[in-house]
Amino acid sequence: MPQTLSYLRESASQTAGPFVHIGLAPGAAGFDIYRQELGHDIAGPNAKGTRIRVEGVVIDGMGSPVKDVLLEVWQANADGHYAHPESGTVEDGFRGWGRVITDFDSGEWSFDTVKPGPVAGRNGTVQAPHLNLWIVARGINIGLNTRMYFPDEAKANGRDPVLNLIEWDNRRATLIAALHQDGDIPVYRFEIRLQGEGETVFFDI
Amino acid sequence: MTPADFYQRDRRLHPPALTPDYKTSVARSPRYSMISLENTVSEVTGPTFGHGDIDPIDNDLISNYAHTGDPVGERIIVHGRVLDENARPVPGTLVEIWQANAGGRYRHKKDSYLAPIDPNFGGCGRTLTDQNGQYAFRTVKPGAYPWRNWVNNWRPAHIHVSVFGTAFAQRLITQLYFEGDPLIPKCPIVQTIPDPEAIEQLIAKLDLNATIPLDSIAYKFDIVLRGRRSTWFENRPEGN
Repeated sequence: MPQTLSYLRESASQTAGPFVHIGLAPGAAGFDIYRQELGHDIAGPNAKGTRIRVEGVVIDGMGSPVKDVLLEVWQANADGHYAHPESGTVEDGFRGWGRVITDFDSGEWSFDTVKPGPVAGRNGTVQAPHLNLWIVARGINIGLNTRMYFPDEAKANGRDPVLNLIEWDNRRATLIAALHQDGDIPVYRFEIRLQGEGETVFFDI
Repeated sequence: MTPADFYQRDRRLHPPALTPDYKTSVARSPRYSMISLENTVSEVTGPTFGHGDIDPIDNDLISNYAHTGDPVGERIIVHGRVLDENARPVPGTLVEIWQANAGGRYRHKKDSYLAPIDPNFGGCGRTLTDQNGQYAFRTVKPGAYPWRNWVNNWRPAHIHVSVFGTAFAQRLITQLYFEGDPLIPKCPIVQTIPDPEAIEQLIAKLDLNATIPLDSIAYKFDIVLRGRRSTWFENRPEGN
């Protein structure tokens, strides 16, 4: 008999279901229970860099907005550091993590943050500024990972090692937001298509 | 420096995106293959939480929404450990849960099931694991409830569980089921998981040793997150 390996196996994922808000955003479910809900303030008051808004909608295979999605963002600060011991140091109050839900009627979501800086890639490469996104909802059995890149970073995007892993140029475009201005605030709009024409690229990270 | 990778997620253990018996997945599942990434700092880091973020009462669903008395239902303790695939504890990680009340009704404006709301039960809780990866919640056992999939589908009693780990690559949402529940093998959501042993791993075991006599019965539920490779041939300041 050969020796046996002693690794455990990861717990299997299950859908977050239609009532994910009760646990992760109870205010949206219609009641207050916690002193503070987590994930509302991504960058904090001391963050350097450009204040931006990110907005979008998640669209299903029928072309309809998904109205019960919960989305989490994980991003670096303007210097390209994450709020984590394995990255650099960040400003006091910079969390880099946010959690938003969609409007129940329109499916629109948005959050305010700062634009991240370029982040170290593998083997000395540099990754273009990006937001790491994770989407859960009813009907989604395992959280979907994707990235949002910035349209005003064309040069950095052209060299980004992750975008360049995607062999189809037209699919790379699904990860690049559209930019418009709302007064002084740059607004990046990112439409996530779960299925079909223009399907967003999802990653197995 | 390139960070140490997490073990590849075993996509044959997890449910695939498209599982037609769970109807909502049909229009919400990508048709193209995922692009597999080698980990970068973007994936091996993740948010951290501290005791300033939450309150001690947040893990006690029997008291955290009690207004006129205790909620109705079977008083239970759910406890266990958060471990990685190397069987190492994951300390200080945020565990969040949500569930229906004893009658299978959620406190959510979109839930229209005729079973009543319990005025003393909110149905959500959160806690941080201790240095050994241990967590515990006190709650009432949720009831089964019907859902519109086939006309006669009933979810087994379950508690939704969300865990962070130390990295965005470990982020996981799953569901806890209860030992012996005959609805488990009938449920199209449970059956999205192709691996029978992986289903077993989501079933909490009755734990009489952890009950509080004359007060609360206990179930044990361990959560396993992805493990991480050692970089044998690469210098890491923190060692292997």
